Amino acid sequence: MNLPGTHYRLRIESRSNLPAWVGAVSAIIGVFLALVVGGFMLRAAGATDPIGTYIEIFKEGFGTPADWAAGLHALFTGTDCPKGMQCFGPFSDTLVKASPIMLTGLACVIAFRMKLWNIGADGQMFLGAWAATAVAVFLLPKTTPRPVMLAAMAVAGILAGMAYGVIPGFLKARLNINEIVTTLMLNYVAYLWVEYFVVVGPWSLGDFESTGRFPTSATWPRLTDYVKQIPVAAGLTAHPGIFLGIAAALLLTWILYRSRWGYEIRVIGNNPKAARYAGIDVARNIILVMGLSGALAGLAGMNEVAAQRELNGRFQQGLGFTGVIVAWLARLNPIAAIFVAILFGALLVGTQLIQPQGISSMLQGVILFVVVGTELLFHYQIKLEKAESTAPSAAEASHD
Amino acid sequence: MAESADAFEMRGIVQRFPGVLANDHVDFAGRVGEVHALLGENGAGKSTLMNVLAGLYHPEAGEILIHGQHVVLRSPQDAIANGIGMIHQHFMLVPNQTVAENTVLGLNRPRFFLNLRKIEEQVQALGEQYGLSVNPRAKIWELSVGEQQRVEVLKMLFRGAKVLIMDEPTAVLTPQEVEGLFVTLRDMTKRGHTIVFISHKLDEVVAIADRVTVLRRGKVTAASVSARGVTKAQLANLMVGREVIFKVDKKKAKPGDVVLEVNRLCCDNDRGLPALREVSFQVQAGEILGLAGVAGNGQRELAEVLTGLRCTTSGTMNFNGTLLNRHTHWLELGQQLAHVPEDRAAVGSVQALSVAENLILKRFNRPPISKGWSINSIAVKQNAVKLVKEYNIATPTVETHVGMLSGGNLQKVILAREISGHPKLMVAVHPTRGLDVGATEAVHKLLVEQRDSGTALLLISEDLDELMSLSDRLVVIYEGRIVGEMPAEGADIRRIGLMMAGTKAES
Repeated sequence: MNLPGTHYRLRIESRSNLPAWVGAVSAIIGVFLALVVGGFMLRAAGATDPIGTYIEIFKEGFGTPADWAAGLHALFTGTDCPKGMQCFGPFSDTLVKASPIMLTGLACVIAFRMKLWNIGADGQMFLGAWAATAVAVFLLPKTTPRPVMLAAMAVAGILAGMAYGVIPGFLKARLNINEIVTTLMLNYVAYLWVEYFVVVGPWSLGDFESTGRFPTSATWPRLTDYVKQIPVAAGLTAHPGIFLGIAAALLLTWILYRSRWGYEIRVIGNNPKAARYAGIDVARNIILVMGLSGALAGLAGMNEVAAQRELNGRFQQGLGFTGVIVAWLARLNPIAAIFVAILFGALLVGTQLIQPQGISSMLQGVILFVVVGTELLFHYQIKLEKAESTAPSAAEASHD
Repeated sequence: MAESADAFEMRGIVQRFPGVLANDHVDFAGRVGEVHALLGENGAGKSTLMNVLAGLYHPEAGEILIHGQHVVLRSPQDAIANGIGMIHQHFMLVPNQTVAENTVLGLNRPRFFLNLRKIEEQVQALGEQYGLSVNPRAKIWELSVGEQQRVEVLKMLFRGAKVLIMDEPTAVLTPQEVEGLFVTLRDMTKRGHTIVFISHKLDEVVAIADRVTVLRRGKVTAASVSARGVTKAQLANLMVGREVIFKVDKKKAKPGDVVLEVNRLCCDNDRGLPALREVSFQVQAGEILGLAGVAGNGQRELAEVLTGLRCTTSGTMNFNGTLLNRHTHWLELGQQLAHVPEDRAAVGSVQALSVAENLILKRFNRPPISKGWSINSIAVKQNAVKLVKEYNIATPTVETHVGMLSGGNLQKVILAREISGHPKLMVAVHPTRGLDVGATEAVHKLLVEQRDSGTALLLISEDLDELMSLSDRLVVIYEGRIVGEMPAEGADIRRIGLMMAGTKAES
């Protein structure tokens, strides 16, 4: 017997044909929600005023309008930065932090475009750093001209990262071995490889756990090096590495949207069956794209050692994983990755002084989690609907 | 014999997918204690209709009655609560759990404590009652495919299913297992269950069904006829259609040189079993060779072998003087060999790319589209604008993603791409499946024009009307063998139907 009456129920339906702007809106709402969730966590971690903390993080990461005004004034009048003002300091630090994650982010963008889940950008970056160091300290003489030295280091970093990316690519293409597992595991191999060389191995300077300071020719020039010409540049560590990232983003954009290879990558990424149908060599492209992805991560490693001016036992782990977040928030768009990387650089700089130290990683995690979650929710709609006649239960049906 | 009551009844079901009318006001009912076969070619709408009954799809129009009472089925849970259970072609079992564990999977009782011993006993008892013996403690991966199917049946019986929908249950079984299944099904009908048996295999339908309903292009062509008084040939005709919907206007073919010569070709299907057994035929320039056959007799594999998507096990394919084999560089061969694939969305196009980008899928690597390493976006756009106009593709812009297009327009995109490459050979698989009359007519016209311009065409279809009206010559395939060849003009449709059903043609 059917029970008369009105029932309400929730139903989740997937939405198709979403307009393009929905993605951007969902990302913005996602970041906002992430800040709200993060605010509660900051509160729990002891911050009495989470909003104030965010403002502080923003100031630390980008500087205040007053800082910028003072900086610009000092720049044009050729004077020092006034006392009590930070001028370009915060943004300079942000760019320094942004340049490696921009490159690892782009490494993830190109791999993820083909649905190759390379989460080994960290290891590829370590190997790039290692190879660049080998060139800078142990292969080329100290007197090598700076441009030659830096170019050689970049080539070494790229080749090492590429080789390290091709290994899982080859295993995936030929033997269909899951690249998530291999790239993740190879990270640890790379960490230990670098640790062996600089902590206990042939490159170690005893207790210093470091290769020692690189020759000047093997380091990025920094703004502060030009303090005589531009007084306001005092203490600014910004270096040309950021341009490597921007150039790489432009190159990836060209490859993806203007080249034959990029067309193949997009076809494979969207529909491997159609790629096979068109006669595109899928296996070859897996190896090539993993190589390019590794090369970008390797370049990030070169960039980092040239900026830090040494390779030591404290070389930072995790920048490759931040690259995963950057790529995802940029919705796998290389140009968007430039801006997301700078935002994340600011986040890293702004949270440096906050205790406990895990706040930065926590916020990163919350942002990724909430933004991806929001995007997913945007693809579904929840309907509250009236159910006029409901299905009888099994027991009732059996009476018939 | 007294007519027994309807266990369920579906009235006027309409189910639409983007570009396809899958069910067009379909009526279907199952009586208590009968095996009702739902027959039709692939894409006729059988699975769609049954997914509606199983609560997976929500139809636009139509109503469902269970024992005479209106119900709204919003989910498979609703369906099973109404005693309707569906066994899908691909089993929904967890391989490393036991039979008993799989049986209770997804049930919301027992609420908390799972007394597996008790469940095992119940499953054992149920199995013995219905002659479905499986060890309830065996893990699914240890079982044969036939045994796994029994677990699926048990799962549904355990949930109290009175109506059991089986989607092509014999496709995965050996002949012996099929016998076993039939015994079980008869036993179940004696106990008052209703079985809906979805199939396109005529032998089985005649052997097991009490009544048959035939679907064709989303419509019922034969409603609940008794399986006793019907022959296989009649069923074949009902399935593929006898009435000519529209006549294709074409001149007599002028066949030229042999473009494709296939000699004693063999290949395996996805499960590693022989799909083609020594197939030999020729296609000449300027003719359409039609390949007739009921689905699953090797047509798909043949198309894949010819277009480089599947490896042969023996035999040769001579295309225009060169042998096609695994050393063939298919990308280089490019558009000389055109392929209109069976699945236009999943194989023939990239849904997330634009119309323009899909139109260069086979020519992105050669001028004028490519210039060295780069792709000339102006040429891409020109190519698209020209083809959209020439082939009347209805799309808002050439930048629109093809995923937004209707089935007919998507097929036009594929045909425009394949035809505009001036192929020597075109393999077209079900080129009009799921399309409405207008789009079908447009596609037919394009294919005939293609023939008249000197292309050799191999047309693979289950639709006999289409084959008879388009082809110049017909070959019939059955179980991977070519069982007959004849000119299409004046061919006896009954004789073809018999050949498709596996009966050797006399004379």
